[in-house]
Amino acid sequence: MTIEGHQPRRVPNWWEDDAGDGGPVEEEERMATIRPITMPKWGLAMEEGMLARWTVDVGETVALGQEIMDIETTKIANVFESPVTGVLRRRVVGEGDTVPVGALLGVVSEPDVPEVEVDDFVRQFLEQFKPAEQGGATAVVPETVEAGGRRIRRLKAGPDTGVPVLFLHGFGADLSSWTLNQAALAEEHPVHAIDLPGHGGSTKELSDGSVEALAAAVLDYMDAEGLDTAHLVGHSLGAAIAATIALDAPARVAGLTLVAPAGLGEEIAGDFIDGFISQSRARKLRPYLEMLVANPDLVTAEMVEEVLKFKRLDGAMAALQAIAEANFAGDTQRVSLRQRLGDIQAPVQIVWGESDRVLPARHAEALPPHIQVTTIANAGHIVHMEKAPEVNALIRRLGET
Amino acid sequence: MSKKSYRQAINEALRQEMERDERVIIMGEDISGGTGAAGDQDAWGGPLGVTKGLRPQFGPDRVLDTHLAEISFVGAAAGAALTGLRPVVELMFVDFMGVCFDQILNQTAKFRYMFGGKAVTPLVIRTMYGAGFRAASQHSQCLYPVFTHIPGLKVALPSNAYEAKGLLIQAIRDDDPVIFFEHKAMYDDEMEVPDEPYSIPFGEANVTREGDDVTIVAFGRMVNLANQAADSLAKQGVSCTVVDPRTTSPLDTETILETVEETGRLVVVDEAHPRCGMASDIAGLVAENAFDALEAPIKLVTAPHVPVPFSPALEDIYIPSVAKIEAAVRAAMSHGSKVAAE
Repeated sequence: MTIEGHQPRRVPNWWEDDAGDGGPVEEEERMATIRPITMPKWGLAMEEGMLARWTVDVGETVALGQEIMDIETTKIANVFESPVTGVLRRRVVGEGDTVPVGALLGVVSEPDVPEVEVDDFVRQFLEQFKPAEQGGATAVVPETVEAGGRRIRRLKAGPDTGVPVLFLHGFGADLSSWTLNQAALAEEHPVHAIDLPGHGGSTKELSDGSVEALAAAVLDYMDAEGLDTAHLVGHSLGAAIAATIALDAPARVAGLTLVAPAGLGEEIAGDFIDGFISQSRARKLRPYLEMLVANPDLVTAEMVEEVLKFKRLDGAMAALQAIAEANFAGDTQRVSLRQRLGDIQAPVQIVWGESDRVLPARHAEALPPHIQVTTIANAGHIVHMEKAPEVNALIRRLGET
Repeated sequence: MSKKSYRQAINEALRQEMERDERVIIMGEDISGGTGAAGDQDAWGGPLGVTKGLRPQFGPDRVLDTHLAEISFVGAAAGAALTGLRPVVELMFVDFMGVCFDQILNQTAKFRYMFGGKAVTPLVIRTMYGAGFRAASQHSQCLYPVFTHIPGLKVALPSNAYEAKGLLIQAIRDDDPVIFFEHKAMYDDEMEVPDEPYSIPFGEANVTREGDDVTIVAFGRMVNLANQAADSLAKQGVSCTVVDPRTTSPLDTETILETVEETGRLVVVDEAHPRCGMASDIAGLVAENAFDALEAPIKLVTAPHVPVPFSPALEDIYIPSVAKIEAAVRAAMSHGSKVAAE
């Protein structure tokens, strides 16, 4: 038995301080004979999750990083990768049950640990477990701020010191795009995720929909928040905005992580842009949102409804159309940053999902050699959601250089 | 985003549209004052407080407390709509429609058609409906099928606070007359509602649950009961699609037929009476257009063909319940080759 003090001993999960991004578990922890698997905290607002499906049976050996279950929250569905190695001894929570973050889902151990010790471990964990208070004072929620005369909605978290990380979502998305990334990075960095103008809860008024105009609005936000410099993490159109800031205001950018960036090649799936804008019914919109992922099961009804709720806001459709018109024409992109990418002074890396159906991953080929490119298998355009632990590790790594 | 009640969501929609467009006015009995209050006071804000705060903000020229004669003030609102304003008139209880029905049926609904499209009538009639309020037979009916029957009228039935705000804003911006039904037992129901104005298009159903076995089409407050039944049945291994048509006119027949073709079974839940109601209307639609997809008889869950009882015990039995919806779904399941009923 390895229970010490009042808390059951447990291996930290990847989103926790000392988890090492899903890398090898510390030797000392590896020796622990009984290890809990607990409900992860995906995103700052997540308080509970539903275990949709177990993908391993009791008695099977699970490896670190192996997909062991599907978890759904009101915001997202995703596969959960095992934070530990060993034999699955108990499924404590059944399929379809909703439990708070940190609750015991299952137990893994070496095969020779007696049944009675496993039962004791489970019993003690359940006796001692207290869920975090729901909606308490510590709950982090988006807020609205004024920046450059515009209303900007943002979600800010993390410590006050350290290099800030500023997340910029893609076309049609909002700050919740970074749900699986922001909480992880907030352990060490002040993290800001904003809704770009025209999106989410930010102003729907745009001077124009160009990348330059949106980059200027982001710089206004950085000024208003006193962010002299930040590690910019951008996705798709947000990545083109981040790269533009790095080129035009190099002093403001400490590092640049471009996730499936726009502007590095000609093609874009014009179908996606047109369908995203024109479809107003969930059942018609869903196939277009499924173009964003390698595994279509990850698109939940709630995710589709959130997109529709945004599109119904006054001014949202006009803003989307203005941005689409400024940046895309059918199956081609109007933004071109490829020739200038070599001029970026800050450390820069590119992350792409191999199965991206919106912007092809081959756009990352033949770039200047100092730009580190990581292509992740079994992931589509929103690779930062589909493969969050890997992307978070890359963001951290760039921050350390 | 913040939590708002159904009542607050409707109030916010009225306020934001009045701020956006000065042609929007509201009128009705007691919408500002009320019994025992001087006319200018914001004493009641409507019989259930929905319009509270609007008279102090917009003044007596745009918030008109009317006399107790629906035939004249509904007619006045229709005329105002015809001549350039965008009135939102409150017909307190839909049960009172009888006293102003000519204005709605023969005047408002016909203007656009009979004037060859040269006239528009951007009138919204807000009205309360539904049982469960211990308000007896003359204040509890669900008369939306009557209005749905009349070409020229649009009919909206918001099923929660989010839907209420978006559908009411759409109704006010629509150039045709819209009858907007508010279930009086839902005014305190809260949920997250955007602070910004938004509109939900008419004639586009909302699929609130997705399943493989049975399609449940439900209206207004019944959508919530259907969702509860679907969640309960999911735990028993029966997966249901729940369709909230949002508007009965125009009606999103496409979504209803598509989902029935996927599931092969249909249950319709309607708080209105069974004869010439929405339930029989949807059943007819599906029987005519998706007959080959059906694996079981269509099941209807409605109120009985009697007035709403005043006795609380009888009123509770009168209203369709989650248990009755579950039983209807099980009956549909037991007919074919799928899971047997319990």
